[in-house]
Amino acid sequence: MTPDLECVKLTKTFDTIKAVDDVSFQVPAGSFFSILGPSGCGKTTIMRMVAGFLDPTSGDIQIKGKSVLDIAPNKRPVNMVFQHLALFPMMNIGDNIGYGLRRAGASKAEIATKVGEVLERIGLPGIAERKVDQLSGGQKQRIAIARCMVLEPDVLLLDEPLGALDLKLREHMKIELKSLQSAFDTTFVYITHDQSEALVMSDQVAVMNEGRFEQLGTARELYYDPKTPFVAGFVGDSNRWSGTVDASSGNEVRIKTVSGVSLTGSAQGRPLAKGDRAQVFVRPEAIRVALKADGISAFENRIVGTVSSLLFNGANSRVLVRDDASGGEIDVALPQSGEFASLTKGAPLHIGWNAGQATCFAGGTE
Amino acid sequence: MRAEARLGFILLLTPLLLWLTLLIIIPHIDMFLISIRERVAVRTYETGFANYLTFFTEPLYLVTFMRTALMSVLATVMTLIIAFPVSYYIAKIAKGRLQSALFLLCLVPFWVSELVRTFGWMILLRETGIFSNLLQFVGIVDGPVEMLYNDTAMMVGLIYTSMLFMVVPLVTTLESLDDSVIEAGYDLGGNAITVTREIVIPHATPGIVSGCIVVFMLSLGNYLTPTMLGGKESLWFTELIYSQFIVRFNWELGAAFGFLLLGLSSFIVWIALRLTGQTLEKTMG
Repeated sequence: MTPDLECVKLTKTFDTIKAVDDVSFQVPAGSFFSILGPSGCGKTTIMRMVAGFLDPTSGDIQIKGKSVLDIAPNKRPVNMVFQHLALFPMMNIGDNIGYGLRRAGASKAEIATKVGEVLERIGLPGIAERKVDQLSGGQKQRIAIARCMVLEPDVLLLDEPLGALDLKLREHMKIELKSLQSAFDTTFVYITHDQSEALVMSDQVAVMNEGRFEQLGTARELYYDPKTPFVAGFVGDSNRWSGTVDASSGNEVRIKTVSGVSLTGSAQGRPLAKGDRAQVFVRPEAIRVALKADGISAFENRIVGTVSSLLFNGANSRVLVRDDASGGEIDVALPQSGEFASLTKGAPLHIGWNAGQATCFAGGTE
Repeated sequence: MRAEARLGFILLLTPLLLWLTLLIIIPHIDMFLISIRERVAVRTYETGFANYLTFFTEPLYLVTFMRTALMSVLATVMTLIIAFPVSYYIAKIAKGRLQSALFLLCLVPFWVSELVRTFGWMILLRETGIFSNLLQFVGIVDGPVEMLYNDTAMMVGLIYTSMLFMVVPLVTTLESLDDSVIEAGYDLGGNAITVTREIVIPHATPGIVSGCIVVFMLSLGNYLTPTMLGGKESLWFTELIYSQFIVRFNWELGAAFGFLLLGLSSFIVWIALRLTGQTLEKTMG
């Protein structure tokens, strides 16, 4: 099956800066594809090229197998939900949604039925006469999507549309966006710098940095099996150490960190030989906490430390543990099972993790 | 504390009140009193509307009045047509230094007085002027051409004088239009014409209306440009008022003319606001 959207060796250069550098990807029909990256990584540039507002320096963009490079933005079968939604404040809701249909030359009656239908689908029937500023943030969001979906585009582009919403609403809209996507059964390409948005909603996520795709995969793959140090550090939280490889046997590597701790990690097929510089990433939630040393005796990596601060945040509570041997601080997720409820600052704590939970990469500067 | 605040409020209000009463309200009341004074004999006056009646019975006054109104409307519309693309370019297309440079270029001519600017046009357009010589040099015409003292020259002068007052409000409103709204207009299938008609113009309406009001008022009340660039045929209503006050010493009729002009401009502005569905607060605020 031809993918709905395919970019082939897409490159965009501004003066001397390569904003997008040789990026290729395919988005299968009906899927939710996200591009995740820090601001300035080039994700908006990709989106604007797909929408037609920018011309690529080289490479090709194909929609349903046909190149769209020569097609102006107003003729492309893609529509875009803008960062600040860009609803037309001078029109009411009905005219906003009907705008694209009017441009396509639909009859008045047809526009009225289609607008009614799409409002029904997004769960806001009968608000066609309202003004844009009479709606709440979440409603505006849905109108912006409806305004595009009424045109039945092949691909819907979404440029960080949840950025302007408050946290509670953003959480709610994530679920809603996903259900809208399956309801309309359209390909969504979503760009964001918020990893939880990308991970929760997407079928496929591309992590982007400095104009290139670092890794493309499902949310699960990115989280459990990052292929580059950038992905390991960017997706989810991580404790990071750098050092040199002390010994390596098969998949297991022993690394002596700069601060003098010896850690065992997994190379996952990456070549790491004795003497190489390396970095280790361990997720706070992969670390086991125990009050006594025998609670963590099964793990390859064991550290004895003291609690340097407790960061209570309900289910996401953390504890910062200062390693007694090296003085480094380690970010550890604190289970809310009651066992550690009496933990106080300065209390001794034993922490440990499996070698498989510590991902090692070559390189690292410090 | 409360008394102090009150004192401050009164002190701040005083200059405004003084300005309004001394320079606007009292002169206008006085003007109105003069305008309803009929001279029946030397130094004997009666109250009545004879001056206003004179205006309506004398065709020259009436024709000049209507002509001034129509020409001012025409000048306003033409200024808008020229200023809109200019403002759009400055507000939306030009970026950074170019934007400020272009805006400054619109402003620079206003650093000299209107008189000097009008003389500039006279140098260009007169029989021995630059355009006339250029046309002769190129060989399009055989003899000198007089381009001054007609309606066209006057119109050019009026538009030139009003340009800035249209560009400033337009640039301000157009700048407040989010670029992504325009892009959304294209993205959803619009072309340059439909995006301008459905998005840019509705957004810019308050600026268009306020610019038009200012330009219309300036044109209607302009004295210098019609006098210097217009010919004998292009009589402007302000010239009639001037001649009544200064040449004929007929202050009564002049005052009546002044009030009629005030009434006319208020009426046309009111009509324009009604037609565009705007309010004065919205366009001037």
